[in-house]
Amino acid sequence: MNKTNLMALGLLSLSATSTSTAVFAGGNDDPLLTKVMLDQFEKGVDPQDPTQFSAQAWLGYDLNKLWLKTEGEYSNSDKQDFEIQALYSKPIAPYWDVQFGIKTDIKPTPNRNWAVIGVQGLAPYFFDIDAALFIGDQGRTAMRLSAEYELLITQKLILTPEVEVNLFGKDDAELGIGSGLSDISAGLRLRYEIVREFAPYIGVDWRQKLGNTADYARIEGEDTQETQFVIGFRAWF
Amino acid sequence: MKSQYMIKPMIQKPNSELNNSRRRFVFGASAMLALMSIPFPKNAFANALSQSLSQLSGKVFDLSIDYKMVNFTGKSARATVVNQLLPAPLLRWKEGETVTLRVKNNLDHDSSIHWHGIILPTEMDGVPGFSFDGIKPGETFEYQFTVQQSGTYWYHSHSGYQEQTGLFGAIVIDPATPDPVIYDRDYVIMLSDWSDEAPENIYAKLKKQADYYNYRERTVMDFFSDVNKNGLANTWNARSMWNNARMSDTDISDVTGSTYTYLMNGNPPQQGWQGLFEQGEKVRLRFINSSAMTIFDVRIPGLKMSVVASDGQNIQPVSVDEFRIGVAETYDVVIEPEVDNAYCIFAQSIDRTGFTVGNLTSDASLHAPIPPMDPRPVLGHSDMGMDMNGMDMNGMDMNGMDMNGMDMNGMDHSKMDMGAGEMSGMDHSKMAMGGSDMSGMDHSKMAMGADDMSGMDHSKMPMGGGDMSGMDHSKMAMGAGDMSGMDHSKMDMGAGDMSGMDHSKMAMDAAKATVSGLGLAGFGSNNEIKHIDTEFGPQVDMRADAPKSGLHDPGIGLRDHQQQFNRKVLTYGDIKGLHPTYDTRQPSREIQLHLTGNMNRYMWSVNGVKFMDAAPLEFEYGERLRITLVNDTMMTHPMHLHGMWSELETGDPDFIPRKHTVLVQPGSKISYLVTADAKGQWAYHCHLLFHMPGMFRKVVVK
Repeated sequence: MNKTNLMALGLLSLSATSTSTAVFAGGNDDPLLTKVMLDQFEKGVDPQDPTQFSAQAWLGYDLNKLWLKTEGEYSNSDKQDFEIQALYSKPIAPYWDVQFGIKTDIKPTPNRNWAVIGVQGLAPYFFDIDAALFIGDQGRTAMRLSAEYELLITQKLILTPEVEVNLFGKDDAELGIGSGLSDISAGLRLRYEIVREFAPYIGVDWRQKLGNTADYARIEGEDTQETQFVIGFRAWF
Repeated sequence: MKSQYMIKPMIQKPNSELNNSRRRFVFGASAMLALMSIPFPKNAFANALSQSLSQLSGKVFDLSIDYKMVNFTGKSARATVVNQLLPAPLLRWKEGETVTLRVKNNLDHDSSIHWHGIILPTEMDGVPGFSFDGIKPGETFEYQFTVQQSGTYWYHSHSGYQEQTGLFGAIVIDPATPDPVIYDRDYVIMLSDWSDEAPENIYAKLKKQADYYNYRERTVMDFFSDVNKNGLANTWNARSMWNNARMSDTDISDVTGSTYTYLMNGNPPQQGWQGLFEQGEKVRLRFINSSAMTIFDVRIPGLKMSVVASDGQNIQPVSVDEFRIGVAETYDVVIEPEVDNAYCIFAQSIDRTGFTVGNLTSDASLHAPIPPMDPRPVLGHSDMGMDMNGMDMNGMDMNGMDMNGMDMNGMDHSKMDMGAGEMSGMDHSKMAMGGSDMSGMDHSKMAMGADDMSGMDHSKMPMGGGDMSGMDHSKMAMGAGDMSGMDHSKMDMGAGDMSGMDHSKMAMDAAKATVSGLGLAGFGSNNEIKHIDTEFGPQVDMRADAPKSGLHDPGIGLRDHQQQFNRKVLTYGDIKGLHPTYDTRQPSREIQLHLTGNMNRYMWSVNGVKFMDAAPLEFEYGERLRITLVNDTMMTHPMHLHGMWSELETGDPDFIPRKHTVLVQPGSKISYLVTADAKGQWAYHCHLLFHMPGMFRKVVVK
C-alpha cells in the first residue's frame, strides 16, 4: 500500500489488503476491525446541568486507521455544542499515532471548519495523551491538549482523572472565544467495569474559562466557572 | 475402533528388576495424611466416567472434521471436532509402517490437519498455502507417508483458529525396536484451553485492548501493600521502570482464565480426568500441550517424575518434581505411584489464572486433593533482556523502551542485595551472562567483601560457549576471607570448553577472554546480538540488548520453586538426547532471528517484519546450520519448525536432544542446530495461536 492511497483515506484500498491475506496457515494477522468507544455519556446531577458525551471510533488495520472523534453537550436548544473530527491515523512510534484530517464545529452556529494535525498515544507512566492543532479559515488557529490517567483501585473499579486545555490564535467574537488560553477543564470519574465493555460511573467535572474568553462570558452574563457532579456510563465494542 | 487407551507395554523387564528399580518416596505417607486431613469437595470427581481418549490404530484412518456443540462451562458453544470427539481420536501408529489418513472436511470453511513433529514429505505436512491448498468444504484429502520415528506427538488443524475450537488429537508411535523406556501402562494427558468465545473475537479484543483478559494489573491497593512491605522508595523504583516503559509486569498471558477453561483429555477441572494403575506398575504419562495460548506447569504432588522423552524423542532420564510444557511441546514421564493411593496430576497455567487436573489412583474411590495454585508470577527486569537485579535505575534512559544504546558500563551492582556480610548459600543460578554486551560491566562495587564465601553456588551459572567474553571480573571484590567452599564444579561451561572464559582469568585477572567464530556444535551461539533496522518502528516496543541464555532458566514463575518449595524444576539445560547426536557436523552458518512485537498494539513479528511482508528463509539442502532465537518481548514463545528437527544446544555435543518446539524465554536467547534434510516449503512460527499469524516465516529448503 502506498502512502498516497492512505492519505486519501481510501477505504477501498484498506479492504483490498484484507482479501489478499486469507489463505495462509495462521490466517490473517491484521484483519479489518472497528472499535467504537463511548468514553463519556453523562448527565449532570443538577437538572440545570447539560447532557454531555464524548466518543471515538476507528476503522482499519494495525498501521492505518480512519479515526472519528465527536463530542457534544446539550443544555437546551439555545445552548448546545457539537463537533466532529474525521482523521487518518498512522503510527509513528510504538505508542504514538499521528493523526490528520478535518474537524467541523456544528454547534454553536455559525459553524467553523478546521484542518487537524495531532498526536495521540500513551506517554510514559501510562498517560493517555491527545494533542491537536487546528487550522481554520480566516487565519483561525486553535490547540487542544488533553491527558487522562487510569488509576486502578481494584481490577474493575477505576478512577480516571483528566485535564484538557484549549487555546485559540485569535478572537472569535461571534462564538465568544478569546485568543490565548481560553479554558481549562478537569474531571474525575470513578467507574466500575461490570464487563470490560461497559462501565457506569460517577464523577465531578470542573471548567474554568480564562482570559478574553472569560471576559466574553462575563459580558454575556454567563458563569466563568462551572462545577458539576455527573452520572454516566462508558461503553465500547 | 474406539477403545479405552490403556496399553500394556511391548517390552517388560523381569519382575525382580522392576521391584528393585522401584523407588520409595517419603512423600507417599504425607500425601495420604493430606488426603485425610484436607477437606475435599465430594462432587469434584462426581462424574466418575471422566472422558478418556478414544484410540484408533492400524494403517488406514478415516477422519472426519465436523462442527459439534459442546458444553464445558455450563454454556453451549460450537467446537470443531474430529470423528465427533474433542480431543480428536488418539492415533496409534507403528514406526516403519506407511499410514494413510483420509480426512474429510464437513465444515463450511477450509480445513487441514498438520501432523505436528512428524518427519514427512512437505506435501503431507498439512499447511495450507505451503503443502497444499487446504481441504475445501465437502472434500476429502488423503495423507500418506511412512512413519520414520517413534514417540508422542500430536495433530491439529493449521487453518484459521480451528485449533482453538477443538481440532487437535494425540499421536503415539510405537517403536520398531525395543522401547528403551520401561513401563507397564501408559496414558496420554492432553492439556488444552477452551473458550466459549469465538477465537476471532478473542483476537479482535486483543487488538482493541491488549490487556483485555488481564485482571491482575497492579492496583492502588497493591501499591500501598507493597509500600508497607518494601518501603516507598523501593516500591516506587520497582514500578517506575514498568510505568515509564508503558508495560505491565503482570502481563504473563495474553488470554487468561478469565475466558479459558483448562481441559485435561477434554475434561474441565470440575470433572477432572481419571486414570487407574495397579500395584507395582510403572506408569508412563505422555503429556501433550495442545492449547492455543496456554503454557502449563505440571506436577504430581507426592511423586517424582522421570522425564524420559521430550517432543517424542527419548532423552536421558531426568528426575524432576515439576516441568513447564510450552504450547505444542510434549513430555513423557515415568512415575511409580504407590498402591492404595491417589495422586493429583496438576497442570496450572503459567499465569496462575486457572488449572486442570487429573486423578491417578489404584482405587477409583480415592481422590487426591487438588493443591492450591502457586503464587502468580511477576515479570522482572531480566525478562526485558536486562540483567539488572537490584540495580539502580535512576537516570537510566528508557525512552520508548528503546534499550538500544543502554549504557551497561558503569552498571551499578552496589545495591545488589546480597545479605549483610555472609555470602554462604548465595545462589547465582539465575545469573545469566549471555552476550558480549556485558563487556564493561563493572562488578567492582558488588558487595562481596564478605568474610565467608563458602557455599556460594555457581552450579547453574550458564556460561556456555564463551558467553563471558569481555566480562570483567577483575575488580570483583572477592578478596576477603575464606573462599574455600566456593563451588564452581558444576559451572556449566560446556563440557570442558573453557576457551571462552578461563578460571585463571576469573581469578581476578584483568585480561579479557574472547572467542570468535561460530562456536562449537552443542554449545550455542557466540555471535553478537544485533538488532537490524527492521526491528525499529511502531511495530516493535522492546529490544533486549543483553539477552541471557534461556537454557537454564526454569522460566517465569518457576525460578524460586527449588528454594521455596524444594521442587526440582526441569530446564532445557537438563535435557540430553538418549541417542547420540545424529549429525555430528559443525554448523556452517548461523541465522539470528529476533522474536518481536508490540504488546499494546498486539502485533507480532520476526525481526520486526510480519509474515505477510517477509521473504522466506532459505536453507540449502543438506546443510547443517544454527538458528539463534532472541526474544525481544516479555512473552514466552514456543517456536515450532516444521519438517526438520530443532536440535537444542544444551551443552553436550555428543547427545544433542531433538525437539520440534522450543520455548524461548522472555528477554532471552537460545540456539539450536538444524540439518536441512527435507526439501520443500515449511512453516516456522510461534505456536501461540494469536501470535502465529505475524510471528511466522516460510522456510524453503532447496
